[in-house]
Amino acid sequence: MLYREAGQFKTSYQADGQIFPILQDRIALLAMLAVAVVAVPLLASPYVLSAILIPFLIFSLAALGLNILTGYAGQLSLGTAAFMAVGAFASYNFILRIPGLPVLLAFVLGGLSAALVGIAFGLPSLRIRGFYLAAATLATQFFVVWCLTKIPYLTNYSTSGVITAQPIVILGYAFDTPDRKYLLVLAVVAVMALLAKNMIRSNVGRSWMAVRDMDVAAEVIGFRLMRTKLLAFAVSSFYCGVAGALYAYAYLGTVEPEAYNLDLSFRILFMIIIGGVGSVLGSFLGAAFIVLLPVLLNVVAHSLALPTSVASNLELMVFGALIIFFLIVEPHGLARLWQIGKEKLRLWPFPH
Amino acid sequence: MKRLASIIACITLAASGAAIAQPADQYIALPSYRVGPYAAGGSGFYGGIIDYFNLVNLSGGVNGVKISWEECETEYNPSRGVECYERLKTKNGGATLVEPLSTGVAYGILDRLAVDKIPMTMIGYGRSDAANGKVFPYVFPLITSYWNQAAAMIKYLGDKEGGMAKLKGKKIVHLYHDSAFGKEPLPVLEALAKQHGFELIKIPVTPPGSEQQSQWLQIRQARPDHVILWGWGSMNAVAIKTAQRNGFPREKILGVWWAGSEEDTVPTGDAAKGYSAMTFNTPGNYPVLDEIRKKLYDAGKGNMSDPARIGSVYHMRGVSAAILWVEAIRTAQEKFGKGKRITGEQMRWGLENLNVDEARQKAIGAFGMLPVVKTSCDDHEGSGAVKVQQWDGKKWNAITPNWIVGDKALTRKLLEESSAAYAAEKKITPACAK
Amino acid sequence: MNFFFEVLIGGLLSGVMYALVAIGFVLIYKASGVFNFAQGAMVYFAALTCVGVMDKLGVSLWIALPITVAVMIVLGLAIERVVLRPLVNQPEITLFMATIGLAFFIEGLAQLMFGAQVRKLELPIEDVPSQYLMDNYNILVSQFDIMAAAVCGLLVTTLALLFSKTRVGRALRAVADDHQAALAVGIPLQRIWAVLWAVAGIVALVAGLLWGARNGVQFALTFVALKALPVLILGGFTSMPGAIVGGLVIGASEKLAEVYIGPLVGGGIEGWFPYVLALLFLLVRPEGLFGEKIIRRI
Repeated sequence: MLYREAGQFKTSYQADGQIFPILQDRIALLAMLAVAVVAVPLLASPYVLSAILIPFLIFSLAALGLNILTGYAGQLSLGTAAFMAVGAFASYNFILRIPGLPVLLAFVLGGLSAALVGIAFGLPSLRIRGFYLAAATLATQFFVVWCLTKIPYLTNYSTSGVITAQPIVILGYAFDTPDRKYLLVLAVVAVMALLAKNMIRSNVGRSWMAVRDMDVAAEVIGFRLMRTKLLAFAVSSFYCGVAGALYAYAYLGTVEPEAYNLDLSFRILFMIIIGGVGSVLGSFLGAAFIVLLPVLLNVVAHSLALPTSVASNLELMVFGALIIFFLIVEPHGLARLWQIGKEKLRLWPFPH
Repeated sequence: MKRLASIIACITLAASGAAIAQPADQYIALPSYRVGPYAAGGSGFYGGIIDYFNLVNLSGGVNGVKISWEECETEYNPSRGVECYERLKTKNGGATLVEPLSTGVAYGILDRLAVDKIPMTMIGYGRSDAANGKVFPYVFPLITSYWNQAAAMIKYLGDKEGGMAKLKGKKIVHLYHDSAFGKEPLPVLEALAKQHGFELIKIPVTPPGSEQQSQWLQIRQARPDHVILWGWGSMNAVAIKTAQRNGFPREKILGVWWAGSEEDTVPTGDAAKGYSAMTFNTPGNYPVLDEIRKKLYDAGKGNMSDPARIGSVYHMRGVSAAILWVEAIRTAQEKFGKGKRITGEQMRWGLENLNVDEARQKAIGAFGMLPVVKTSCDDHEGSGAVKVQQWDGKKWNAITPNWIVGDKALTRKLLEESSAAYAAEKKITPACAK
Repeated sequence: MNFFFEVLIGGLLSGVMYALVAIGFVLIYKASGVFNFAQGAMVYFAALTCVGVMDKLGVSLWIALPITVAVMIVLGLAIERVVLRPLVNQPEITLFMATIGLAFFIEGLAQLMFGAQVRKLELPIEDVPSQYLMDNYNILVSQFDIMAAAVCGLLVTTLALLFSKTRVGRALRAVADDHQAALAVGIPLQRIWAVLWAVAGIVALVAGLLWGARNGVQFALTFVALKALPVLILGGFTSMPGAIVGGLVIGASEKLAEVYIGPLVGGGIEGWFPYVLALLFLLVRPEGLFGEKIIRRI
């Protein structure tokens, strides 16, 4: 009844092709953005801002990057954290060695460095597919972290091999409190999510999906496989690189290469699987799930007064069981559940 | 918009101020880990801390103020550690101390401490240059840092050879966990190698270190006089077993104190006999441990599931940590008001003015368990002393009767340089906090 | 020259240990197409159950072994019933993710049941250099490693005999070839998969015992599964002799690289070298040495 297209006529191609063709969707999105930009910094506690929302946004961005590569282009990758690490360390080095470089430009340059690395390590995808490619991306993961540990130039000859993120100052305005960092991260993520959504709807996105579905057939009808696959790696690594830079600058502050280990790659892979492979919304939903679940389990265990070792082991078990449960109940992830919900809403209050 | 925000903020503040009365307990945040690859160490360390807290609370707390704490599972993961810290720090009127027992988590929290005014201790780990209280007012690498431990190791090895001069021409292998932790002592070791003329061979082990055959073959080929095992977690037991497999005498291996606990030696069976490691606790029994056994475990209130672990290396470390904190609370209460709960800033002052001397240790029932710890603004470490213990197949025994201190002049010089560089990067003016 | 042989033989023997874990993967992938990421967790669970039973019930190794075998069989049956049956026609990636979730679950369960401290596992053979080889050939090789290689050979031979000579083995091969056809001739698919997972559990137990005796039974055992991946890539995901050959190649090359190339670049290359090697190999031969050639149709 409320969620209807009735009466909304499109009179131009532009109007027909917009991302949110239904007016209610547009209103909902603008309301959500308004809440996120205005209400949240005012009402949320610093804990929620700095320990829940900022990592949620950063991981959504990384999950978006992985979704572009695995969900849309069909190239399974387990090296996400390595690209994040490249982004973080590259941004650090750019800001360190080019005095006066704007921080946002440094993030972009960090992302571009990650993209270059992504292209280099994406070359095997031209010959290998499926699990073999996943194992090849593991090579990326271990090799990149090894490089960052071994080359002292990259950590500015720090004795313990860690980098300390410089304070973020844009146009004289310092982003040092949780709410300012949150707004910065929100802005970056919103812009990049919009770019991703548009990229996916365009020719580029369609070529990726063609390669994902059946790359031999795609090549037959004229898609240039090398260009498509490497572009997917480049764009995905760019997103992961920017996410990695934000992870170091807006979240942890001081970071060593080990913080971008295989465990992180798997977490991001979980996010896109649970959220929904091949869906922009899915990246956000999956990130929210993975960020919030341990917190929730911790709080529940604490309120039940379980001894901490039992609680921690139960956490692992519940996490594993929930993943399996989700995969059994809805293999296309939370995004599909959302889609089903929206479809039911269109018919509401009628059952069919 | 700004006015609306400030009005809302004022209302919220007033409401919270009125609703929450000042709690009487001293609240400490413990981001701990009891699952995952390092769980054995975590459960022993935090078990020791909680046992001592319970013991102190049994006799009414510190001048009537009981200690309360909350644990949060970090799984040794920096991101979860930060989330735990942020969640715990505002509870119960605000945390007054935090100890994550993890370098990664400590790094993640480091920048937030001065803003939140919560001191953090890094008992026997973490960045060594944090001993400079002028640059790191809220960070306390108590007892002994990695740099001083490395310097003490070389001093011990020199003494073993018959004098520091005898080290000239000898070969010492540094077998290390290939991470920030493992590389931490390198500046000290390299400086001492140059100074005393021994050859330092660095051999890294990729974490987690379940395969070390190639490293130990290299060691065998190099025929060193000593091997420093700077490992953590599963790397240690594997190193000892691989040494046995390659016929390398364990008497020549000296481990860092994260490679010197029962969790590292027991799983190796007989292989670890003769292996020695550093420690900042003297192994043995102490009156305070007996009290814990009697008053807590016999009454079913002990924190660890296995009472045989009382007095084990990690448990003693936890008890020592808790002893230092309780003494800091006591010291702070002397200055800011006995019988009152102290704030994070006051706790920081307490930690900066610690003096756990021998008389005090005797009164607690822990004489000799840890070295004398005396901190100041310039020295957030407090001691720098270590002992060496050796595994005889069943337990650890101290083989150095006295506390050993290494070349503190050298480590102090390195410390000042490193902290100055950090201060320059972060644009901090070094000064003693009030 | 002796040193080179020591490194080489040491590497080959470690490779055999990797192959032990890889065999478990191959078993399951061959017959059901599932890449069982939980194999590492199963290795840990098996080893931990064995020492846990020895500790809690105070029995010797020889009594704890059959109990552990029973537990692993029950675990295998449970996995097949609860996790795999509902996911029967899902794409490979979903099943892969399910096994990752399963790995977490098994790790948590193992630590919940038996505690997280590191445990000692003693097998009748000690892990010291073989005196015989030391005296006669002046080569240092651990006698434990030699026994492990022998056990691995025995295991592979047993499995090969199982697959080729018994009815169950033939049924397993039929299922691996074509599920539909196997169903059509009346092979009970569910039961065969249950048998398969039980056998994989027993293989995990053997691997767990050997690795646990070598390194102590601790959480890091789960990471051994990661080392098995390059072995599988090299050998092919569906071939048992491939797993052995892959293991030997990876083990030897990893050690040789670490000893001879490592010091030139700062050491620590063991972590990524097997993967990069496997990657380069894949570029030349995408299905591995002994894997089935992948034919894709449009």
